[in-house]
Amino acid sequence: MSGVRVLVGTRKGAFILTSDGKRQRWDIDGPLFGGWEIYHMKGSPVDPNRLYASQTSGWFGQIIQRSDDGGKTWHQPGTPPGEPKTMPNGMPKGESNKFVYDTSSETGKPLTTHQWYDGTQHPWEFKRVWHLEPSLSDPDEVYAGVEDAALFRSTDGGKSWHELAGLRGHGSGPRWQPGAGGMGLHTILLDSSNPNRMYIAISAAGAFRTDDAGRTWKPINRGLKSEYLPEPTPEIGFCVHRMALHRSRPDVLFMQLHQGGGIFRSDNAGDVWQEVRGNLPTDFGFPIDVHAHEPETIYVIPINPYPGRYPPEGKLRVYRSRTGGKEWEALTNGLPQENCYVNVLREAMAVDSLDSCGVYFGTTGGQVYVSPNSGDSWTAIVRDLPTVLSIEVQTLP
Amino acid sequence: MIRVVLPYHLRTLANVSAEVQLDIAGPATQHSVLDALELCYPMLRGTIRDHVTGQRRPMLRFFACEEDLSHEPPDAPLPDAVASGAEPFLVIAAIAGG
Repeated sequence: MSGVRVLVGTRKGAFILTSDGKRQRWDIDGPLFGGWEIYHMKGSPVDPNRLYASQTSGWFGQIIQRSDDGGKTWHQPGTPPGEPKTMPNGMPKGESNKFVYDTSSETGKPLTTHQWYDGTQHPWEFKRVWHLEPSLSDPDEVYAGVEDAALFRSTDGGKSWHELAGLRGHGSGPRWQPGAGGMGLHTILLDSSNPNRMYIAISAAGAFRTDDAGRTWKPINRGLKSEYLPEPTPEIGFCVHRMALHRSRPDVLFMQLHQGGGIFRSDNAGDVWQEVRGNLPTDFGFPIDVHAHEPETIYVIPINPYPGRYPPEGKLRVYRSRTGGKEWEALTNGLPQENCYVNVLREAMAVDSLDSCGVYFGTTGGQVYVSPNSGDSWTAIVRDLPTVLSIEVQTLP
Repeated sequence: MIRVVLPYHLRTLANVSAEVQLDIAGPATQHSVLDALELCYPMLRGTIRDHVTGQRRPMLRFFACEEDLSHEPPDAPLPDAVASGAEPFLVIAAIAGG
């Protein structure tokens, strides 16, 4: 019988939750990397035993972890237990921790500063990996979205990383600025029908698309709204919280934007966006995701922008639209409907691809909820983890 | 033989106990000690010193013989007691809340 493996990144370590296809009884493994922030974990679509994790700390910096056995054991790529610790030239390995911005004129345009909160220019400084996106075709190829915003790629299973410098070299880089949570590249969407096309999103620069495998990029923010920008239709500057697509329709994108923005969709690969807020109670929230088998069914979790960025009326409600965003219904069965003041962060929602699509999300209060029936009813898998930063789900054969 | 004491999270990362022992060929300096540490434990590269600049990460400090050596030049000789192994070289992480 098929099953699922849920990869949970938290403020104080990682957890792996597993179940069979019924998704009623769960095994909880963890904490892994206890005490470290795990911004994101994700498995390779072509080798489900290959997992990547971003382990990070304001004290000790960035660590990349890799598992080749579905999360049973982990190592830093390039320094597995028992293998030589040095390269042939005698230098130590440990390159998997190394993210160095490319400022060479050969591969991009030297770019050393971006806009700071006060409008002045500020040096680009690597802080952490926000998102890891394994390739759709090669388990050794993986992309990393980092703060300060840039896109890196590894083609050797995470042993070494190289920036795709054309993104920061787009020309708008000096006008990118951080949001309150930092200037992170958090969304990486790969097009399964076109290996040269990829979408990324940055807080608070906006969304970008490449059609030449990352060499050059264009902003795709036409039609978006922001109450934080003086110009009516700027090219960049949008605080995108999350984007999602259905694998069968990679030209159709859905976006959750910051407050004053809302929910948007694009039917032409991001060239133009239109708002699809419909009857949602607020325009604010972080995650957005698409049903595994119904490309027009999408999920969001509205949050009050003011005063406290928690669920409206203290009721935790997932909203589902079966019409691509035109109309929305509140999904409440099994979720707390009073005195609930948690948040759900941008990476903390995912779906599985079992016949009856499962939907998952984790909260800042440490709960991980599952709905094995497309959102009709919910149960908590665990209730008392550290703050959940990210959720990914693997559907296992 | 140089003795180095690491903070908890770096011990678990390197899979070592509180103190590691290193052999250094030349003079004992912050630079040579950390080079030797990273050679033995490459998973620590980037966690104590920045990968690019080689500078001490801002929330770590270096102590030995009850002295703060954090702001000493990286190539300055360490105290004799550290070079002889009588006293350890301490890597201390800033106190953390939460």
